[in-house]
Formats: sequence, C-alpha cells, structure tokens
Amino acid sequence: MVTPVPGVVNPTKAKAQTLTEATIEFRDVEYRITITDSHSILSGISLKIHPGETIALLGRSGSGKTTMLKLINRLRDCSAGNLLVENQPVRDWNLIRLRRRIGYIIQEVGLFPHFTIEQNVCLVPGLENWPAAKIKARFSEVMQLVGLHAAEYAGKFPRELSGGQRQRIGVARALAADPAILLMDEPFGALDPVTRAELQREFLALARKVSKTTVLVTHDLREALQLGTRVILLDAGQIVADASPSDFLKLDQKVAREFIAASELVPGATQ
Amino acid sequence: MNVWQFFASHRVEILAATREHLILVLISMIIAVAIGVPLGLALVTHPRLRAGALAVASIFQTIPSLALFGFLIPLPFLGGIGTRTAIVALVLYALLPILRNTYVGLTGVDPAILEAAEAMGMTEDQILFRVRLPLASSFILAGIRTATVITIGVATIAAAIGAGGLGTFIFRGVAMVSDAVILAGAIPAALLALLADFLLGLLERRLRVA
Repeated sequence: MVTPVPGVVNPTKAKAQTLTEATIEFRDVEYRITITDSHSILSGISLKIHPGETIALLGRSGSGKTTMLKLINRLRDCSAGNLLVENQPVRDWNLIRLRRRIGYIIQEVGLFPHFTIEQNVCLVPGLENWPAAKIKARFSEVMQLVGLHAAEYAGKFPRELSGGQRQRIGVARALAADPAILLMDEPFGALDPVTRAELQREFLALARKVSKTTVLVTHDLREALQLGTRVILLDAGQIVADASPSDFLKLDQKVAREFIAASELVPGATQ
Repeated sequence: MNVWQFFASHRVEILAATREHLILVLISMIIAVAIGVPLGLALVTHPRLRAGALAVASIFQTIPSLALFGFLIPLPFLGGIGTRTAIVALVLYALLPILRNTYVGLTGVDPAILEAAEAMGMTEDQILFRVRLPLASSFILAGIRTATVITIGVATIAAAIGAGGLGTFIFRGVAMVSDAVILAGAIPAALLALLADFLLGLLERRLRVA
C-alpha cells in the first residue's frame, strides 16, 4: 500500500490541506552527543513554528543551529524534551515516512554522482512508487520552479554542472515529492556572492509560489533578514532572540548586537 | 635445447596447460567473488563481524602458499590431491583483497551523500544497494583485479598437489634443472597476469564515477 502523496492530483487543494498541519514544535528540547555527556549541544529549546513560516536559524559556528535542524528529520535524536512535527511527536512517526515528507537541502548539496539529474530529482517520488508518467510531469514542473530547462538537464550528471546549477537541482530534488516542510542548511553558503544573491532572490519568489514551512540555517544576518519571516538567534545551544526581521535590528541583546555590528547593516553600529 | 625450440615442440602441451590454468583461476575467482562481495556487504550492516572476518581473511594470506596447499591435503571433503584442493586454497588467498576493498569502498562513500540519502528517507538497504554499492563498484573491482593477478601467480604452485596448470612446467623444469622448461610455464603465466590486469583495469576505469 502506498499512501497517496499530497499535492499531486490536485495541488491547490492538497496544499491548503497540508499547510494547516505543517507545524514544527520544540518543547524544552535538549541534545547531548551521548546521554552521559555533561555538555549539551542544545538545551531548553522551545519554539513553535507555524505553517508557511520561513524561520531563519541564525547563529555562529557551533551554536547548535545545524543540530536543531537535524532533530526535525531525526538525523539526530533529542536527548530530552519533545519535538512535534504536524502535531505528532517525531519519535512516533515512521522514520522513513517522516523523512519523505520533509525536503532537505544542504550546503554540499549531496547529489548522487552516479545518478543523472532526472534520477536525482525524481528519487523520492520513485521511492514512493509514483507512476512513471506522474514522475515525468513532476520533473518538468520542479525544474521549471528552479529555473532550469528540464529536457536539457535530464540526462546530465552532477559533475557536468556548475555550483549554482547543482544547488538549484538540490532545491528541485527537495521539492520533488511536494513536502510540506523544507529544511535548508546553509544552502547558499558555498556559492560566489553574485550567484548567491541570484539564488536568494529566486528562493524568495519560489517561497511565495510554493508556501512551505521552511527552516533555514544560516550564519549570515543579511540572508536571515532577507529570507526569513522570523529570525531565531542561537547562542551556545540556546535561543537568545526570536524576532521579526524588522524588529531584529532594534534588539538590545548582546549577541544580536554583535551580529548587527559585524554585518554593518546599521551605520555606526561598529564601535 | 633453448626456450623457443621447447615452445615450438611443446606448444600443444603448453596451450593445454594454459587452458587448465585459466580454468583453475576462473573457477577460484568466481567463488571468491561470490563469497567476498556479499560478505563485504554484510560487514557494513553488521560492524561487529568486521574485525573478525578481516582478521581471518588476513591470516590465510600470511600462510605461505605451498604450506597452505600442504595443510589442505589431509582435510576431509575440502582436501585431498587435485584440482578441488587447489581451488579451495586459491579462494582463501583471493578472499582478502576482495573483502577488504569491498568493505573499504562501501564505507568510504562521502558522508554528505550518505546523509542526503538518509534525509530523503531511503531505507538502509536502499542506501546500501543504490548508493554505496554503485559508488564503490570501481573500488571493489580494483580488489578483484589484485586478487586475480595474485591467483594467477599462486595457481602455478597448485601443480605441486596435482592440480595441473602452468606450474607443471615450472616444477618439471626445476627438477630437470632446465631454464627452458621453467620458462615454458613462467612466461605464459606472466602474460596471463598482465592481460588480466590490463582488461580488469579497463573495466575499472569505466565503472569509476568522477
């Protein structure tokens, strides 16, 4: 038995339906590498992410932001507390089902070098046993979403593509099975500034079109403010700020000020 | 009598021995691959077996080949004089390079790719067969290539326990103190090894994923 995949037969109706459920909620979550470890990577994390929000998880290296992301699709498991996806504790989810409902995009892209672009993008629909014709149609659809010509790229291998093109394929692959939730781990980090700006603009346009619940990890304040509908600042494994992009610049919190000063977004903030 | 005269006058015999040698190597390699590759796959999902299996395979490789043939003769079922014993010994020799390369190839896949596979909801078996195995294939073939070259060499010793092959000429030549007879066995064996190395090298390059 294959569970029908939402957003394929009737995209608009199914999307509205999944969107209402696509919540992520952290309840006093803690993460340690081993249970006996006295040092925790994350502690006291409580956060409710609403459907359609784009959360920018901002923090320095080692602040725990990537770990927080990986707890959501259970690449890591919470040591304590509760984490709910679509109002259901992640521990109660069938692991495979949970992951196939969540699109995941990482900096190194992680495209399979032995698969063609089409095989890469259509992996999850294939695993979910979609009919071939539907997969084919979906491939053209998502390639169009990321601004690439489907027929031109279908048979190519990842090594034949530029960094920016590979990153777009990574996005297309994450969108292929029309997940309600997208996790992005510094997706634009490895790109040159021009390509990065271009992809960030496209992501904004795309986010408006597909409206997913998105969690985006970044260490770049500009990116967080530009792409996020809400900015969460992490420091040493704890949430130290939670603000809208417009409010973020007014925060008095120490780490937030450091970020603002370092990014030189507000003139005179550097002292 | 010089080498070329001996080759010319015994070409039918040499050809038959080469064929025998090739069959011995081929059967041994098929069995070794049939054991080594699945065992290597199993080690990825059962890491506890790893140290033990690799150690056992390494031990066989450290036993001098002539001694290994000798040890096998008195064993029931596997042993005795002749081809079957020789194949058992050759398989034991070929196993380590195949097993080790299979395991190292499968576990050496880029962690970012494995994490992406996991995050997309591939099951452990799907990751093993659809990601790890294809990405490790050239590495596994490199192990098979090494094992084949070793086996072609070691198979010459199989003649000592009556398994035939090109070793027959070498042992006869040693007994007769005749370089020509030794070379009648050694040259075809060397050529076989070079040829196998070349052909498997071509295949290995085709399987490599950039």
